[in-house]
Amino acid sequence: MLSFTSQRLAVALSVALTVSIVAFLLLHLSGDLATAIAGPEATAAQIAEIRHQFGLDRPMTLQYLDWLWRALHFDFGNSFYYRDTVTSLVASRMPVTMTLGAISLMLALVIAIPLGVLAAVYSGTIVDRLALGFCVLGQAVPAFCLGLGLIIVFAVHLHWLPVSGTASWKNYIMPSVALGWYAVPAVMRLSRNGMLEVLSSDYIRTARAKGLRPTVVILKHALRNAIIPVVALAAVQFGFMLGGSIVIEAVFNMQGLGYLAWEAIARNDFPVVQAVVLILAVIYVALTFLADVANAFLDPRIRLA
Amino acid sequence: MTVAAPVDIGTGLEAPAAPQRRRAGLLRRSFGHSGLVLGGTMLVAIIAIALAAPLLAPHDPYNQDLAHRLIPPVWQAKGGWDHALGTDKLGRDYLSRLIFGARISLLIGTLTVLISGTIGTVIGVCAGYFGGRVDAVLSYIVTTRLALPVVLVALASAALVGSSLQGVIVVLGLLLWDRFAVVTRSATQQIARTDYVAAARAIGCSTLRILISEILPNILNALIVVATLEMAHAILLEAALSFLGLGVQPPLPSWGLMISEGKQYMFFSPWVIGIPAAALVALVLAINLVGDGLRDVTAPENRG
Repeated sequence: MLSFTSQRLAVALSVALTVSIVAFLLLHLSGDLATAIAGPEATAAQIAEIRHQFGLDRPMTLQYLDWLWRALHFDFGNSFYYRDTVTSLVASRMPVTMTLGAISLMLALVIAIPLGVLAAVYSGTIVDRLALGFCVLGQAVPAFCLGLGLIIVFAVHLHWLPVSGTASWKNYIMPSVALGWYAVPAVMRLSRNGMLEVLSSDYIRTARAKGLRPTVVILKHALRNAIIPVVALAAVQFGFMLGGSIVIEAVFNMQGLGYLAWEAIARNDFPVVQAVVLILAVIYVALTFLADVANAFLDPRIRLA
Repeated sequence: MTVAAPVDIGTGLEAPAAPQRRRAGLLRRSFGHSGLVLGGTMLVAIIAIALAAPLLAPHDPYNQDLAHRLIPPVWQAKGGWDHALGTDKLGRDYLSRLIFGARISLLIGTLTVLISGTIGTVIGVCAGYFGGRVDAVLSYIVTTRLALPVVLVALASAALVGSSLQGVIVVLGLLLWDRFAVVTRSATQQIARTDYVAAARAIGCSTLRILISEILPNILNALIVVATLEMAHAILLEAALSFLGLGVQPPLPSWGLMISEGKQYMFFSPWVIGIPAAALVALVLAINLVGDGLRDVTAPENRG
């Protein structure tokens, strides 16, 4: 277990390092930053001044190492647009996105796992077909369209929920549904397939043969083993949600990390964009690492393979 | 999979009929698969509409008519047949914009998949065939790519290369190759172990020849399935990018852009976003149904 964990940790750390290089290069290779910051009407002298002021005249490697060193100390520099450090901006926006992601994931799991189990238990029947049909239809509805549709129905027509913002817990209901929506098909398919596989195994036949009630067999014996791969998927989906929340935050006007990144991209606020890309990628790497370890812990076959 | 019937053995004359019979079986299975038939019909219809857009569109999709702004569609009280789906905030005919918008979505889906499919297949086939260190390095690249938040990186890159149709295609093409790489890698690993690849190697075929004429035709089924699903993915991402204002730029009639432009009017005229959203859902649903159907039909053992 220890060698498995340390090996995975080494991979995770090197992927995180590579991602930091990509995040850095993404903005530095795509054009002259100084010109972009200075704006279209700047003179050559002003551009040179800005280049020097932001340290953009130094060698690329040096700039990267400097940026990385500061990033490791949670110092991402100052925002070009806001009179504030990137770190405090990110810190103030992070809770909204994290809350949104957590509720969305919970919602997706609570809907998808029972649906997957039902589809597997009643495999081949109308229940199974309806669940799969729901999945196919669900995958075709873009999250932002669903979000706008929810606003029209529940905020504009029924007046049940607020249209936008983050003022109360009610503001999180529609965004979480829209964001969690996209994870439902994947989680459902995986729990259905896992369940189907487990249900056809010998020990389930034994459990049934010795006369246990079907609910006990399904919930206690089968679900426990069928759920293992879902753990890893849930972690990965949480990472996707944090990245995908940018669209939902834009629809519902929520001042989260995604909204910050969206504004920053539109305003050429490069330090903020770099920081958000790096932070989301590192969170994703950490999540997949934890999922790998949790999986290996739950299923010894993985760590011995 | 269907296997040639045992009747063929011995006569020798009937043996060449086997591939044809298998193809006929594939066709019969395709038509027996309701999802594939439904999705295929929808997709063919949308492609036909996109190709015949100039003939079908009742008006010029770019023609502004400020005197007739935000006319509701025909099923509402104030609607009329002149503008069957109404007009947008600049008085442009909504039906015509919707019809021309199909071209943009299909163009982006197709070209993106051509770029990303090429990148992903090269990476996946090399990783799967050569294995060892090549596999380790290429898998590492795929892992790194998966760690990058797609929407955010696509937005930032689209903004940097300049938001345009070409920009969106290049950015999405360079980003969405991960699933191609993952799927072709495992498919190639299976094929590389087979006897006929060993035989090809034994008679001295070059590596390139083995990859192109032995491996590639045999992973084609898996490749087509991924290509359809990734096409849907690209179309959805383009819509999201355009919705956020950093994808296709006005006045192009992209469906995502139409939703974005209609957002401020959605409280009083929900159809402004409902119509392009419905078109988007129909196209993505059609492509996904075709992809899922093809997977069921070509590889029934992977169903699920």
